[in-house]
Amino acid sequence: MSIKDQKLFRMLAVALLAMSVTMPAAQADDDDRDEKYGEKYSGKYGGENRGKPLQPAQTNARFQQECSSCHIAYAPGLLPAESWRKMMAGLDKHFGSDASLDAGDNKEITAFLVNNASNRWSAPTAPLRISEAAWFKREHSEREINPAVWKNPQVKSPANCAACHTQAERGDFSERNIRIPG
Amino acid sequence: MFHLFRASGLVLVTVAGLAIQPAFAETPGEIQASIRQEAAGTPGFQEFSAARGEVFFRTKHANDWSCASCHTDSPAVPGKHAKTGKAIDPLAPSANAERFTSPKKVAKWFKRNCNDVLDRICTPQEKGDVLAYLLTVKK
Repeated sequence: MSIKDQKLFRMLAVALLAMSVTMPAAQADDDDRDEKYGEKYSGKYGGENRGKPLQPAQTNARFQQECSSCHIAYAPGLLPAESWRKMMAGLDKHFGSDASLDAGDNKEITAFLVNNASNRWSAPTAPLRISEAAWFKREHSEREINPAVWKNPQVKSPANCAACHTQAERGDFSERNIRIPG
Repeated sequence: MFHLFRASGLVLVTVAGLAIQPAFAETPGEIQASIRQEAAGTPGFQEFSAARGEVFFRTKHANDWSCASCHTDSPAVPGKHAKTGKAIDPLAPSANAERFTSPKKVAKWFKRNCNDVLDRICTPQEKGDVLAYLLTVKK
């Protein structure tokens, strides 16, 4: 590479870097709708952020009882309202299991989840798996957690929050309550 | 006026009391009776059999699971969910007084678990047979 080529290369690299910094992450394509919402959901985690608080001060007894009979009762703020609507509409095929409820219970729990869903989620996405949310992936990336942790039989699956988050059941995922087994 | 107020208060308390169902709404025998009522109307109904229920309980069905996959071969001891590993309290009423005392819970779990194990809902005959079996399981 000649000096001139090197200079050109460096300029190109700087220009590319500048572009990637100024372009909001969520703007993959440039139709009007995305332009309009781009700024809004390019916030933290590309708009896929969990709510604050994760769990309302006043919980719902039926939610606690029904949603914890097979797994922990995941705090409503972990996902946006649309995720909970979809989840509750498809309980008969819930990650490979029939978790259906009668109509009355379903309605009550859906209302609780939707009313307390993430208040910081601005992206038009609605994943069913909490582990697919951008905030989750970032907080549990290889830089944060040694990949070997996931293979520990005590952890078993990313759905098993309580394996490390000792207060997950209460919607408390604070750093000071994390104990990684092993 | 005062009396009316008190009376309406009493009615309210009574209604609220009725709305909150006691923990054990029914006995397993009563639950079995209502399953029998349902089953009696179906073609080919046979009186419930604990032996048939036990075979059904232990046999692997459409989804390669049996009831025993999670509830174990001896339903008087705690089980463990075959997929999630979640602990399951004993299923036999002799070992767990709460079992088969709420018609709503019974309906909910038969629907869920039959769909998971058999890929379909269970017939009243099958449900009655299984309950007959569970009622014979000693602690």
